[in-house]
Amino acid sequence: MRTALVLVSHSARAAEGAAEIARQMAPDVWVVAAGGADEGIGTSFDRVLSALEGVFAEGAPGVVVLTDLGSAVLTSQAVVETLDDDLAARVRVPDAPFVEGAVVAAVEAQQGGDLDAVAAAAIAAGAQFATTTTTSGATGDGAADAGLADAGTAHGGAGDDVHRETVTLRNPLGLHARPAALLARAVTDSGVAVRIGGADGRSVLELMALGATGGQELVVEARGPGAREAVDHVTSVIEGGFGEA
Amino acid sequence: MTLDVAWVDRWVRRTAAVVAEHRVELIELDRQIGDGDHGENLHRGFTAVVGRLDELTEPPAQIGDVLKLVATTLMSTVGGAAGPLYGTAYLRAAKVTGLPELDAPAVVAMIEAGLEGIVARGKATTGEKTMVDAWSPAAAAAQTAAAGGATALEVLEAAANAAEAGAVATDPMVATKGRASYLGERSAGHRDPGAASSALVLRAAVTAATDPVVPAAP
Repeated sequence: MRTALVLVSHSARAAEGAAEIARQMAPDVWVVAAGGADEGIGTSFDRVLSALEGVFAEGAPGVVVLTDLGSAVLTSQAVVETLDDDLAARVRVPDAPFVEGAVVAAVEAQQGGDLDAVAAAAIAAGAQFATTTTTSGATGDGAADAGLADAGTAHGGAGDDVHRETVTLRNPLGLHARPAALLARAVTDSGVAVRIGGADGRSVLELMALGATGGQELVVEARGPGAREAVDHVTSVIEGGFGEA
Repeated sequence: MTLDVAWVDRWVRRTAAVVAEHRVELIELDRQIGDGDHGENLHRGFTAVVGRLDELTEPPAQIGDVLKLVATTLMSTVGGAAGPLYGTAYLRAAKVTGLPELDAPAVVAMIEAGLEGIVARGKATTGEKTMVDAWSPAAAAAQTAAAGGATALEVLEAAANAAEAGAVATDPMVATKGRASYLGERSAGHRDPGAASSALVLRAAVTAATDPVVPAAP
């Protein structure tokens, strides 16, 4: 069984909404919403505790808890402190953004990441989004090209063992959340470090940050053993239009 | 009077009574610099604690059993940050009081564990206008008293006195942690409600040891 997620927000609906997004990206990951309090806005010790007990009872090897503000963090940590030591050792409450962290953590869990990998992915989500947003702001609409140039330089010396294909995005909305997750999964499954438009193909956030829309051309590239098969596979996934074209 | 299980039972019931008595005052303090729910939340929490104490079919064997019951009840009934903060304080205190009776070093250990719990959860240090400003001097005073050969009750009294002085000392402070920090300079001139309630809790521990009367449920 995969690492599970528990989402703790001051609002029951915010937690459920974030869980909804995460589940779409990662259909096989157990994502439990534990938001709100009995009196409405707030966080509830009992709700968080039963969410954790629930996922452990179902056999989750580990649980990553994502929180929004203030008391959501305190409540989640307090719940962990009351658990038996062997269960507490299987919980992480990373300092991560709520929605972005949930999405990235869910994708990492879907790909089989263990407790620490999923927690680390959630933490990285904040920095990742901040960095890519800054880069894209600094270079305007050339962000994707800039990434490509970097990748080209990095691989430049090797030349002949780099396999590269150019593909056109067919679906009008381009690499929004769902296609980005599908693509990240395809790249991870291939076991090859495929770059798409200069972005790390395994990272759903980097792919989304490309802001690539329908009709845009993307360079898909990889190097080393299995590069050709991986690039061909990723290219065919993009050409398939993600069921939206 | 010894600090035994009967004492800790009286301490908890007296805390509930004192919080009920000061409910409006705590709400008022919190309304000045917070969201005004501290008095109400604590009142609800300790009322629930007394309810659970009353439900026990046999008396707990150790001090820590009662403190753990307080911890889990407060965590699940007190909203906002106060629930996890007080809950963790009692939980950590429970872990070092698996004893039928407390001597002076055990009282020091209990108060220090409570302080550590609050610091671990809230990440605050002294001077930030929080509960820590009551608990930190209380722990230091308890330690000094015990080192000077004070009895368990004298250690408790030293802690309560220091917590009260610590709460008063939060008046001019500018909050840099918690919700009051949103007010910045405007938070100065008001006592921190968490420090104020902490002083009430520690004073109730002393009263419970000197007055055998168990206050009625609030």
